Amino acid sequence: MDIASLFDDVKRMNKRQFLYQVLSFGMIVSSALMIWKGLMVVTGSESPIVVVLSGSMEPAFHRGDLLFLTNYPDEPVRVGEIVVFKVEGRDIPIVHRVLKLHERENGTVKFLTKGDNNSVDDRGLYAPGQLWLTKRDVVGRARGFLPYVGMVTILMNEYPKFKVWF
Amino acid sequence: MHSILQRGNAILAYTLSVLACLTFVCFASTVLLNYRTHADLNTVKVVVYVVLWDKIILRGENAVLDFKNMNTKYYFWDDGNGLKGNNNITLTLSWNIIPNAGLLPNIFAHGSHSFQFPVDYTTSRM
Repeated sequence: MDIASLFDDVKRMNKRQFLYQVLSFGMIVSSALMIWKGLMVVTGSESPIVVVLSGSMEPAFHRGDLLFLTNYPDEPVRVGEIVVFKVEGRDIPIVHRVLKLHERENGTVKFLTKGDNNSVDDRGLYAPGQLWLTKRDVVGRARGFLPYVGMVTILMNEYPKFKVWF
Repeated sequence: MHSILQRGNAILAYTLSVLACLTFVCFASTVLLNYRTHADLNTVKVVVYVVLWDKIILRGENAVLDFKNMNTKYYFWDDGNGLKGNNNITLTLSWNIIPNAGLLPNIFAHGSHSFQFPVDYTTSRM
């Protein structure tokens, strides 16, 4: 199938039909955006669905597992919870467990995390000079789990040729 | 008359536009009202949660834990000097369950153990 025949369908359409196709495509894109933004509002997290990209939480989470996050401000972070956080200077969020946590009476917290599969805590991963994470760094708390589904994104990131198939 | 699907479509479209209007109104109202700042109560009182020990039990492994004379797996530190002479140290047990797929519950065991740390450091091995 060459490219010329790909647009034959488009050529046969009249203006109205073409416009209708464009509109329904826009509808699909905008509803996907709406679902994502709606999830952001419902869960309070800036990215409510996250793919685990490293093996640092094995045997709980493997690469390519999908996590659903919530981040309600009135729900306190507790020790032993699995949090997803972003560190300045790294664009990939990290999924690790809370190891130590200090909470002041006014509700501000600072905490230290560690991956289940790592032998040391995460101070080496944080930004230089950063000893604790605060609520600002948190993307969300892991609430739901779906294995293997995120493998598609990992494949697409690591083998860009795979993307051409779609 | 219109079919059920057409009526449903009309209702959905109408709901969507009303929702969009409401969202905008809510957004505008928060922009207008959110000028209040929260006073920072600069209290020193701090609650500290520290993990002392953990263990991963895989599916099918023995889940009956019976340990004696164990050392802590992680250092019992806090970020300051709140441990010395602290009269409310509470030990609790909690666990996460990682299912095949589904929710990730965080469960606290019944019961806990409280004790105090002495005001002075010990000079000899206990």
